[in-house]
Order: sequence, then C-alpha cells, then structure tokens
Amino acid sequence: MVALKVKRIEMGTVLDHLPPGTAPQIMRILDIDPTETTLLVAINVESSKMGRKDILKIEGKILSEEEANKVALVAPNATVNIVRDYSVAEKFQVKPPERVEGFLRCPNPNCITNDEREPVDTVFVRESKKPLEYRCRYCERTVREDQIRELIRPS
Amino acid sequence: MSSFANRDVISVRDFTRKELEELLSHAEEMERVYERGGDDRLSGKILATLFFSPSTRTRLSFESAMHRLGGDVISLGGKEAASTAKGENLADTVRTVEHYCDVIVLRHPKEGAARLAAELTDVPVINAGDGANQHPTQTFLDLYTIMKEKGRIGGLRIGLLGDLKYGRTVHSLAYALALFGAKIHLISPEELRMPSHILEELEQIGAEVEEHRDLEEILPDLDVLYVTRIQREMFPDPEEFERVKGSYKVTRELIEEHARSDLVILHPLPRVDEIEPDVDELPQARYFDQVRNGVIVRMALLDLILGGG
Repeated sequence: MVALKVKRIEMGTVLDHLPPGTAPQIMRILDIDPTETTLLVAINVESSKMGRKDILKIEGKILSEEEANKVALVAPNATVNIVRDYSVAEKFQVKPPERVEGFLRCPNPNCITNDEREPVDTVFVRESKKPLEYRCRYCERTVREDQIRELIRPS
Repeated sequence: MSSFANRDVISVRDFTRKELEELLSHAEEMERVYERGGDDRLSGKILATLFFSPSTRTRLSFESAMHRLGGDVISLGGKEAASTAKGENLADTVRTVEHYCDVIVLRHPKEGAARLAAELTDVPVINAGDGANQHPTQTFLDLYTIMKEKGRIGGLRIGLLGDLKYGRTVHSLAYALALFGAKIHLISPEELRMPSHILEELEQIGAEVEEHRDLEEILPDLDVLYVTRIQREMFPDPEEFERVKGSYKVTRELIEEHARSDLVILHPLPRVDEIEPDVDELPQARYFDQVRNGVIVRMALLDLILGGG
C-alpha cells in the first residue's frame, strides 16, 4: 500500500476523522471558497479508527471553535487541529452548536423561511444532543441528525 | 410589571406554567369586566388584525375583546389581504402596519410567519394561527375553560379526540396540558394518530400519555373530552381525507350511556359532523361557553400586553 502523502501546512486548520464523502459539504458549511483558499482535500482514505474517512486541510485560516463546531452537524466525531509554524498548536473535538444559522434549509415547504419573497434566513436551535435534534425557530419543525446532510444548502 | 407587558405571543412553547397561570388568573378578573359589559382601560390603543387566511371567529373574538376594553380596531383582511398579490411581502406589510397600531394580531398561511413578523416590528405581535403550526390563544382559552369548569387542570384525565395528526389546536393543547400535569388520552383512528415527534416531546416534558382507538372504551374515565374536526384543508392528499372523514362521532346516546355526568365536552369550533347537534342540549356540552371564554382570555391577554394588567 502506498502511504498517503500530503504536504504539511505552515498555518491553518486540519479537520480529521470526517465521515467519507462529507468534505465537500463541510466546505459549504464553513463557507470556504475553493477559488480563494488553498485546500488539501482527502476523500475516502483509509483510517485505522474509522475504516474510511475524509481529511480537510485549510491553509492560512485558523477556524474559531465556534466555526469548527458547525462541522459536528455532519461529522460528530471530527477532530480539529490548529496548525501554527508547521506543528499542531491546538487540538479539540467538535461539539454540536446550540444555534445554526443560514446554511441549513428547513424541510417544511410551508415554512416562511422557504418563501423567497421574505427577508429571512433559517435559524435552528438545538433541542437535544442525543439524538442530535434541532428545531426551526420559525415553523418549529424538528430536524434529526440523519436529515441534516440533505438540508445543507448548496453554496 | 406583568411578564406579558409588550410581549409577543407566538407559540405556547414560549410560556412557562407560571406565566400561563398568571394569564388564567387575570382572565378570572377580566371575566368580571366582561360581565359588566367592559370598561375603557385600553382607550387610545389600536389593535390591527391582519388575516391573510380566513378565520372570522378568531378575528371577531379579538376585535370584540379590544372593543370591550375601550380600544380601537383596524383591519386588513379578505380581499385587501390578498393585495399582497400586488407583490408586497409579509415583512413589508407588518413594517408598515406597525406604525398604525399598538398591537398586531396576525393570521398567515405560512408557518413561522408570526415569528418573523415579531422579529421585524417593535409592536407586540399575537399569532392567531400560522399554517399548521401554532394558535396559542386557542390553547389559552381551552386551558381557561378547563380551569373554570373543573377548578384545576393537573391530575385531570383529558381526552383529545379526532384528527390528532394535522390538528394544530391539539398539538399545542397537549403540550400545555402536559405542563400542568394532566393525564392525556389521545383518541383517534390509526391514520390520524398524534405525530411521533409530538409524542416524543410530550414524553420529554414528563407527560402521562395514553393512545386509544376506541372512544367508548375510555369515555367513562374522562373528566374532559376535547373534540376536533377533520379539516379538509389540512390534508395534503384528498384521498387520505376521503378515507378518514366521518370516522368518529360524538352522539347523544354515546354520552348518555358511557360518559360521567360531570364530563365536560369541548370543541374549538366550527364543527361539521363530529358532534351531533342534539349533544348541545346535554349538560356536558360546553363548547359555546368556550367561545365566550375566548373573548375573556383575549381581553386578559390584551390588557396584560398593552395595559400592564
């Protein structure tokens, strides 16, 4: 087997232990513009812990804990490594955010947030951690963990 | 200062049991004002009713409550409401109307419309129904009626009969009854069962809930029977409606043979055929008192919001 070789980054954020295939969605969640950011994306690579996983290295951008926690919506076991001077300066596990604004659409077609004429963005408030569940602030519909991936808006 | 002062009333979920008790207690005071024919404590205040979907009863009830307290009412409804067809969105409508009034009562077909309106305006917004989501003042008046008829809510065995799947009123009411510690009996055909997410939520707040298919079997145990109609307009599939319409009916014989004499029968009205007209003459029938209580509770709410109680 050929070992996966990816370039070390001088400064930035490495998101590891992402479920296979989730890296593109995570880029959308984090609002990363691939035309303006240097990214190293590994999709569906072997992992001793997970079998298969994605890795996302974002060069030149240090994610705040609040930003990184959004990743927990699709990758609850993700690890965040903050890199400074080519070495990991900080490492933490993501936690599901209490409030999610903007990037999820509401699954209820009759929700006011799905009316394009109205100036309103979606807001979901966490209802429970296990199982992970959010409630739309507007129509009060709940969204479960297994629905979240389908509700991420395309960028 | 009341916890309701200048407050939006969007969802039953926004209120604690203590706050609901404050409202119910104020409604008792307001009942005396109602019996005296009203007073002028809200003189100089203006209520705007914005009804983007039809509900004559709720609108009239709010308007009557405001008039009874000496306030004025302006309305945007019917064909005028359809003037959003001119292209104006809800956001612009409420940001305009807020300058004409002190409180907005809004009914809108989109779920979440009332929350959005409340966020965009400085005047309090009262949700008079947003799609299939919430109708909090209906729940408040239901609670008041139960409290008035039975003297308490906690510990009562309350049956909710009918369309528990699409019925907005029973979703909010079940939540509020659970807050008060009532035992909830859900009675419906299989196809119209309470949605699982609401059952889970009731469980989370520690509600005692039982589901039944047969009214006759549970009726002798009930203190209150809350009947709802099957609302054709709520069904996304007309065939589903055809399958379940007329699937339950409260008859005089049923009540006389199986119900306790102190049972209280409620219904948010309008009814179609789920309660036969001759039930109206029975002492258990209280749904028209419920209508009266609706005005009283809305008077209490308006007074707490605008007048500080």
